[in-house]
Amino acid sequence: MSKDVIKNIIVKDDEDYIINMGPQHPSTHGVLRLEVCLNGEIVKYVIPHIGYIHRGIEKMCEADTYKQIIHLTDRMDYLSAHMNNEAVCLAVENALQVEVPERVQYIRAILDELNRLASHQLWWSAFGMDLGALTTFFYGLRDREKILAIFEESFGSRLLHSFNTPGGLMHDVHPNFQKHILEFVKYFRKKLPDYKNLLTDNVIFHNRTKGVGVMSPETAIAFGVTGPSGRGSGFACDVRKVAPYGVYDQLDFKQVLYSEGDSFARYQVRMDEMEESLNLLEQLVAKMPSEGDFTAKMKPIIKLPEGEYYERVETARGELGVFIVSKGEKYPYRMRFRSPNFSNLFVLNTLSKGLKIADLVAISGSLDLVLPDIDR
Amino acid sequence: MENTELMELITKVIPYGTVSQGSQYPEVIVPAGKLHDAAEQLRNLEGQPFDYLINMTAADFTDKFTVYYHMESTQAHNLVVLKADIADRDNAVVETVSDIWVTAEFFEREVFDLFGIRFKNHPDLRRLFLEDDYGFPLRKDFKDEVNIIELPN
Amino acid sequence: MILDIYSFSTLTGAIDKGLNSAMAPWLATLLEFVIVGVVFLIFYALLGLFLVYLERKVCAVIQNRIGPNRVGKWGLLQTIADLIKLLMKELIPIKNADGFLFNLAPFIVIIASFMAIAALPFAKGLQAMDFNIGIFYVMAVSSLGVIGILLAGWSSNSKYSLIGAMRSGAQIISYELSVGLSLLSIVILSGSMQLSTIVQSQADGWWIFKGHILAFISFVIFLIASTAETNRGPFDLAEAESELTAGFHTEYSGIKFAFFFLAEYMNMFIVAAIGATLFLGGWMPLHIGHWQEFNNIMDYIPSVVWFFGKTFFVIYLIMWFKWTFPRLRIDQLLNLEWKYLLPLSLINTVLIAFIALMGWYF
Repeated sequence: MSKDVIKNIIVKDDEDYIINMGPQHPSTHGVLRLEVCLNGEIVKYVIPHIGYIHRGIEKMCEADTYKQIIHLTDRMDYLSAHMNNEAVCLAVENALQVEVPERVQYIRAILDELNRLASHQLWWSAFGMDLGALTTFFYGLRDREKILAIFEESFGSRLLHSFNTPGGLMHDVHPNFQKHILEFVKYFRKKLPDYKNLLTDNVIFHNRTKGVGVMSPETAIAFGVTGPSGRGSGFACDVRKVAPYGVYDQLDFKQVLYSEGDSFARYQVRMDEMEESLNLLEQLVAKMPSEGDFTAKMKPIIKLPEGEYYERVETARGELGVFIVSKGEKYPYRMRFRSPNFSNLFVLNTLSKGLKIADLVAISGSLDLVLPDIDR
Repeated sequence: MENTELMELITKVIPYGTVSQGSQYPEVIVPAGKLHDAAEQLRNLEGQPFDYLINMTAADFTDKFTVYYHMESTQAHNLVVLKADIADRDNAVVETVSDIWVTAEFFEREVFDLFGIRFKNHPDLRRLFLEDDYGFPLRKDFKDEVNIIELPN
Repeated sequence: MILDIYSFSTLTGAIDKGLNSAMAPWLATLLEFVIVGVVFLIFYALLGLFLVYLERKVCAVIQNRIGPNRVGKWGLLQTIADLIKLLMKELIPIKNADGFLFNLAPFIVIIASFMAIAALPFAKGLQAMDFNIGIFYVMAVSSLGVIGILLAGWSSNSKYSLIGAMRSGAQIISYELSVGLSLLSIVILSGSMQLSTIVQSQADGWWIFKGHILAFISFVIFLIASTAETNRGPFDLAEAESELTAGFHTEYSGIKFAFFFLAEYMNMFIVAAIGATLFLGGWMPLHIGHWQEFNNIMDYIPSVVWFFGKTFFVIYLIMWFKWTFPRLRIDQLLNLEWKYLLPLSLINTVLIAFIALMGWYF
């Protein structure tokens, strides 16, 4: 391990030509403000300014019961709402040593993968838009619609379903749940080559992403860049493998790793993860018990024993950590979310330094940022 | 490596700290003044350097602040929690670890923003989310009559 | 032989004769100018609106959508509704903008494209001005538009606009060379710069077929370079909405924005019309060598249909790759021109000159 310390270097000058990208800007995917210093077209430094959608979720959690908190976590990373729910549920269940029925664990894993797929589809759509290929948006959303229909059928909501509850699920899934998932897997397998033809194999796309924003594994680890962005640099950080939760240790899947570390590698990781998720879905549906409880027996008022609990799950964007300090009451004393996007955002300056302003857009697109998750 | 072995190893390099097995992960409690040194020791731990700072946060216990550092070794995949208590709430200062893990720079800015804990030698200690004259909302004695309406319990 | 029944020269000749017999020649000429001007103005506005509608429909087809279908039959009146909306919008004054230049810029852009349209041969006998340097004139006036874009970017006093304008300037000046050289190859082959002569020279076959593979290469270069010159995707760096929000027209609103918008579509029409005229025979029907019967059948299709058919084919090509490709980066854009297209078109021009000299074309 080298002793070189990776730093976030910003050298300011009085004569800097500053452009404020955002808070309303087409490519910042939300209310992110990037203070970009330019030298002609070349980026000298980027300072992200956040907090435009800070809702104080951590403060709100201190006055909410654990069941109520679930509904707040949806609103952080709204594209991996289910994983956020699951993180809190796992933390509570592990603290209380509750045995969750096997069927629930399988359903949760299925929802994880469906949510991951939906999130990656939306990312693919938006990434193409960032690079100027406007058609990707419609292709991605067309296929995402099928997943949202599955969600709607079982939970009545499409984006923020708050379907988890400590100990299990709110209610049982729709009888057609498995059937529709298998149909979707078959459908999406056929559609994935479209994605490849439209964007992956495009020579302009290669020029725009290959060798752009190269992140070394050391940089990824030092900045805590996790998820597909980190795995594009060869940082093996998939929590599903590193610290398996739920049924992930019983499943056969591989951690997608690329070593190039450029925007194209980050793109490839997500594309491969989509295929991996499809495989996982097939395994999960095949193994899922068709009968059983949808929740464990829980007390009506959940009180965590005094102590500190930390639980990690893999969302579509990286490692989500839930840290609870409990004093034995029905409210958490301190609740903290380690959001993956927060760490992923701040690597932007290091990656885009010395590149063109168009590369900055490509890099921020390839990091797949979701702003409400950063601000919380 | 088993947790007991790891704990022994940590005790060897951080003799001033209290190493114990927490509810989930090994915990190292050090005095606030020694935090930077302890962090450096863990970062350069022989065999399994804790190079990935997962999470850094703080909690307000009304009589003291506690700062938490969750870190992982990317080689051995062990997770360790480093804790330090800051007794002086009015003038809470602790040394930064952003020169050890660069990601700490932003976690520390967040903690400064929400708790008012200052970090010595931090390269860019500004508020992250809130305005400059806003209070420190995650302190337990924070009151905001305008924006937060307290419900009777 | 091309049939004369579809020739517009009888119509235009009759109008000319009638006017001259009714009034003094100078008055007749003046009135003819006014008539031509009004006709072009109406044509320009209607075509611009139709092109916007067409683009929305084409992109809808590419993106698995239906596109506008609410206003009028098949949404045909949608763009007119949009125009009315734009006309009624507030013209937001920009505080620190250079007022005079800011207001002037959209007019320069639209005048440049309006001037270019005058020299286009729409059909047999339907051409407002048949210059003997027609192609040179079109090239010259259509590149005046960049002045308007630069002015718009500079006078808006906005950083996004300025970057967009600078990109646009660099881009148009670079790609002008390739457009010029690829057009030059046809000028060499036909031996004239007059657009009517160029069309006539394709009576026995279009240049894209007659000029072997070299003319085809010229056509491809022309298509790429002219797309770049009109600031359309994948070369729309001057607008690049994911980077510069809207580039040089970020600060414009209402009808001034509509002028930029309209000019963009008309520029696309102009380059497509030039491409169709030079490479695809303009209004000349498809003629194949000595197949007399086939040629006669083709002659029954009016020349104006041929012209617009070919032009809209080229427009469709340009739209097709706008909606399929990602955008290039500025350095890649300039690399493409200076390192690939320009040497290629230089060599191509030399080779074309050689085969023209040897008479090796059909």
